[in-house]
Amino acid sequence: MRMFLFAKRNIKEILRDPINLFFSIGFPLVLLVLLSIINSSIPPEAKNTMFQIKNLAPGLAMFGSVFMALFAGMLLSKDRTSSFLMRLFTSPMTAADFILGYTLPMVVMTIIQAAITLLAGGAFGLDININIIFAIIMTALTSLFFVGTGLFFGSLLNDKAVGGVCGALLTNIAGWLSGVFIPIDLIGGAFKAITHILPFYNSAEAIRISLSGNFSYILPHLIVVTVYTIVIFTLAIIAFNRKMNGEKI
Amino acid sequence: MNAVIIKELTKKYGNIVAVNNLNLTIEQGELFALLGVNGAGKTTTIKMLSCLIKPTSGDAFLLGESIISNPHSINEKTNISPQETAVAANLSVLENLELIAGIYGQNSKTANKNAHEIAQKFGLKNELNKKAKNLSGGMQRRLSIAMALISEPQILFLDEPTLGLDVLARRELWASIKSLKGKVTIILTTHYMDEVENLSDRVGIMANGQLTTVGTVTELTMQTNTAKLEDAFIVLSGGVL
Repeated sequence: MRMFLFAKRNIKEILRDPINLFFSIGFPLVLLVLLSIINSSIPPEAKNTMFQIKNLAPGLAMFGSVFMALFAGMLLSKDRTSSFLMRLFTSPMTAADFILGYTLPMVVMTIIQAAITLLAGGAFGLDININIIFAIIMTALTSLFFVGTGLFFGSLLNDKAVGGVCGALLTNIAGWLSGVFIPIDLIGGAFKAITHILPFYNSAEAIRISLSGNFSYILPHLIVVTVYTIVIFTLAIIAFNRKMNGEKI
Repeated sequence: MNAVIIKELTKKYGNIVAVNNLNLTIEQGELFALLGVNGAGKTTTIKMLSCLIKPTSGDAFLLGESIISNPHSINEKTNISPQETAVAANLSVLENLELIAGIYGQNSKTANKNAHEIAQKFGLKNELNKKAKNLSGGMQRRLSIAMALISEPQILFLDEPTLGLDVLARRELWASIKSLKGKVTIILTTHYMDEVENLSDRVGIMANGQLTTVGTVTELTMQTNTAKLEDAFIVLSGGVL
């Protein structure tokens, strides 16, 4: 009950900021349109399938979920530095109420964002079938890594620093290393090897495979993302609990 | 009946002793003002009593419950208005009040009814649908205190409640706090001596983490042979008149 009340407050707090609204829903759509236009200009002999809608739409669904780190981190950090969280720490809310109350709205927003992005992909030739639902569920699951990242940095840093780390830095890293905007296979070598051990490329691949329906290839990608998610959420919970108990980190 | 019993409460940060061996009893319905210069240990004391930080040693019992062994039970019966205004900026006044009421276990119907009642009491009735971030500083402070009261706490911590308010807003807030006297046990920290003279039943003065004196305003001025509380405070805090 308390967790749902807090989650409801958090979703209102985020969606009532027009900039958040643009980045959560509008930005992936803008990228979808622009990159689809670029794709239509790439000649077939270039053999660059990166921006083909079957790859682009799931990639952008993943990239859109990166912003959940920014939203979760900024919200938590602002709550912490404005004393609002101090007020709630003296209430009967438990640590689980807080962590789930911050996480649930981000998952709901990811689901809405992914649904809009993938369905909009239909206008650019994406096959709209039952696999869209699996891809949306997969995006929600892989987004937990980014939510955990936001909660971790939101527990430690002020909102300006969270904006730098989760906004500028993380979105760039995720964009470069996920294969959404850069052809990883064409570059190859150490760059490709690094992308394969990080969660960004594996998140995008897990969503792309869900969309294609070839689930037999999904497990290795899912394992990598799950390990990173467990690690970052554990760190976030430790950092948050220490803040809640008034201990120094 | 005692609402607060503090026994040898101590908080250390490394080698620094923020609160040193504090002993104090506060009666139910009493408004107790905790005074001290910056760094005297007031806010650390409030944070320990409201279960935000754990003491290094000692204990305190609020309504019979230990802050060490039963903080969750204390949290259900107490509330705090922090030093800084603590409101959800993008939520309306009504939503802020209903949120806190809900977190303290009120159902949505009761929360809505109580939100309207407390908004009326704190002069926020015409601002109910306004976002908190669009309120003036004084109105935000009133909302912050109203949010602390909507849970109907038996003990209320007010940490510098009128800091930064203009004279009119301060006087209005004093009236609201006065109306709670006798019903809610209030522990108030402030730097304004006129506020203490107007509101408090008893005063405690902290210096260097220790509670040096406890008494009524009259007792403190008599004890120090001074005419005003401000002068008594300066003497008892180790300052020079």
